[in-house]
Amino acid sequence: MNPLQTLRVALRALTRNKMRSFLTTLGVVIGVSAVIAMVAIGDGAKARVEAAFAAMGSNMLIVVPGSSSAGGAMGGFGSMPTLTWDDLKAIQTEIVTVRAAAAQLRTNAQVMSEDQNWGTQVLGSSPEYFQIRTWPAVQGALLTQSDVDTGTKVAVLGQTVSDKLFGANSNPTGQTIRIKSVPFTVIGVLDKKGQSQWGQDYDDIVIVPVSTFQQKVKGSLKNFIEGSITVSATSADTTSRAESQIRALLRDRHRLPLGADDDFSIRNLSEVASAQQEGTRTLTTLLAAIAAVSLLVGGIGIMNIMLVSVTERTREIGLRMAVGAKPADIRLQFLVEALALAVTGGLIGVALGVFGAWQLATSFGWQVIYRPDIIAIAVGFSGLVGVVFGLYPAHKASRLDPITALRFE
Amino acid sequence: MSQPTLIRLENVAKVYRMGDVEVHALRGVSLSIEQGEFTAVMGASGSGKSTLMNIIGLLDRPTSGAYHLEGEEVSKLTTERLAEVRNQTIGFVFQSFNLLARTSALENVELPLLYGGIGRADRHRRAGKSLDRVGLADRADHHPNQMSGGQQQRVAIARALVTEPRVILADEPTGNLDSRTSIEVMALFQELGRSGITVVLVTHEADISQYASRVIVMRDGRILSDERQTPRAAVVPPATPDDQEGPT
Repeated sequence: MNPLQTLRVALRALTRNKMRSFLTTLGVVIGVSAVIAMVAIGDGAKARVEAAFAAMGSNMLIVVPGSSSAGGAMGGFGSMPTLTWDDLKAIQTEIVTVRAAAAQLRTNAQVMSEDQNWGTQVLGSSPEYFQIRTWPAVQGALLTQSDVDTGTKVAVLGQTVSDKLFGANSNPTGQTIRIKSVPFTVIGVLDKKGQSQWGQDYDDIVIVPVSTFQQKVKGSLKNFIEGSITVSATSADTTSRAESQIRALLRDRHRLPLGADDDFSIRNLSEVASAQQEGTRTLTTLLAAIAAVSLLVGGIGIMNIMLVSVTERTREIGLRMAVGAKPADIRLQFLVEALALAVTGGLIGVALGVFGAWQLATSFGWQVIYRPDIIAIAVGFSGLVGVVFGLYPAHKASRLDPITALRFE
Repeated sequence: MSQPTLIRLENVAKVYRMGDVEVHALRGVSLSIEQGEFTAVMGASGSGKSTLMNIIGLLDRPTSGAYHLEGEEVSKLTTERLAEVRNQTIGFVFQSFNLLARTSALENVELPLLYGGIGRADRHRRAGKSLDRVGLADRADHHPNQMSGGQQQRVAIARALVTEPRVILADEPTGNLDSRTSIEVMALFQELGRSGITVVLVTHEADISQYASRVIVMRDGRILSDERQTPRAAVVPPATPDDQEGPT
């Protein structure tokens, strides 16, 4: 018999018992659809994490000053300024793995335009900040070094602030806003960056030159930075080297003896990012493993039904042998039946998995990513399950003695 | 030059081993059956008649002795080759019909052609012709459960005939049929015999063996008697044909 005829005979046999065939494929259907849906959702989650960290900035380190200790009450990181402007300069110039570094001074303030006002965060920083955050302007310009040097009263608005003060789709460049009654000229609006993972709106911000910030917005110490330093390493690979070099530099500059605690702390965001990604990847692997187990269970279901089928059709097998079927013909027929069950289950599973993931995504607001390779692997694997679990029943069928098989009651 | 004897068994023995016990099913049977003979093999159960059938039908191999089918020694062939010879040379008819359920008569008849590697169009044509030969051309798309016992057995005979075999082996073909239908089936076999097909029939009913041209009686694995006779003509008594009845 040629393969096409074998397939036709197998399909005839399966359609003769539709309900049973359907129930048999159900195991594989569930397994495959679970694999597809889980991986699609897992990949979607991973992509979200990646996007969130990309929005935060590339290869970023944040240096936060140490804690204050007044009367036994420890103030927490950042409560006591230990970082100096000279520290910042040293980081910028002495460490080769650092691409850019910028101080960040923050305060909350009410910002007013002609006819609107909005409570937002005011950030004092320098031009490097936009480079570190990879944050371009959509309208107007960004801060320049001369703005910082001369302390000009200019401001760059985040999208949210621009929308609130001047209305959506307006161009506020050249307009005046007041921060704590001090007038600032708007020189540009930043591109939309969206939300952080924790729901913080990156675009709800006004950025002014750090010098102006100190003079006009929030008076501060002369030598110490009352905020943090944001650092961007030259590449993802050098981020952790930059971290240890900054630590060594600062310990040296602060004259910390061996064994003393750091009077600052360095947060490596790329580490956080990779830990997060590792977490999602582990979860995806775990879910896929569970799905694979259910696929295996589906395969056992196929084997079970194929064994029942061989027993039930013993006389049919005997007859086929009597009229000229060779053992190989019988083996192939049952193998193809198992394969057809598994692959049909696999294809239904793909449809169900794609649909199910999409349903979940829309109802929970998740992101899903369908990977063609995973879909191909799932279908291929279900076929493999069919062959592996069909092999024993098929072999058993082909080994039947036609005389005994024909007499089987 | 005459054709070789169709079936020639020489001192064929068959020993089954059931645990420690050896069962001698056949104890040296020699037998020749010529082309076109209608032979009935009779005997009580355990006489060895079924084993003899299985060996003639190439479903089983003799323990010792030789079996020449159309002049070829077939007792030492491989399982695969035996399947091919069965497919091309022998047609089987069984007591319980052994039709595939939920499968049309035509597809049932096509089955041997499928394993003979015959193309689809050819299969249809030959199966249709074979059904016509047993008088069931109009039932081609009926399923077994829509047919009476007699009709089912005729479908089985059509299936046996479809490869145009030299030999038809029938194992108690009338065992599940009433006497009227049995006569119809025997008439069909007699007709096949007249067209040159060799029919070997196993039965324990003396009535049925009357329709054969030769009767072999077996006992304890040996041939007890082997006689040629004038077959009784299978004439179906004129009555309401029970063919028209539904399945029982």
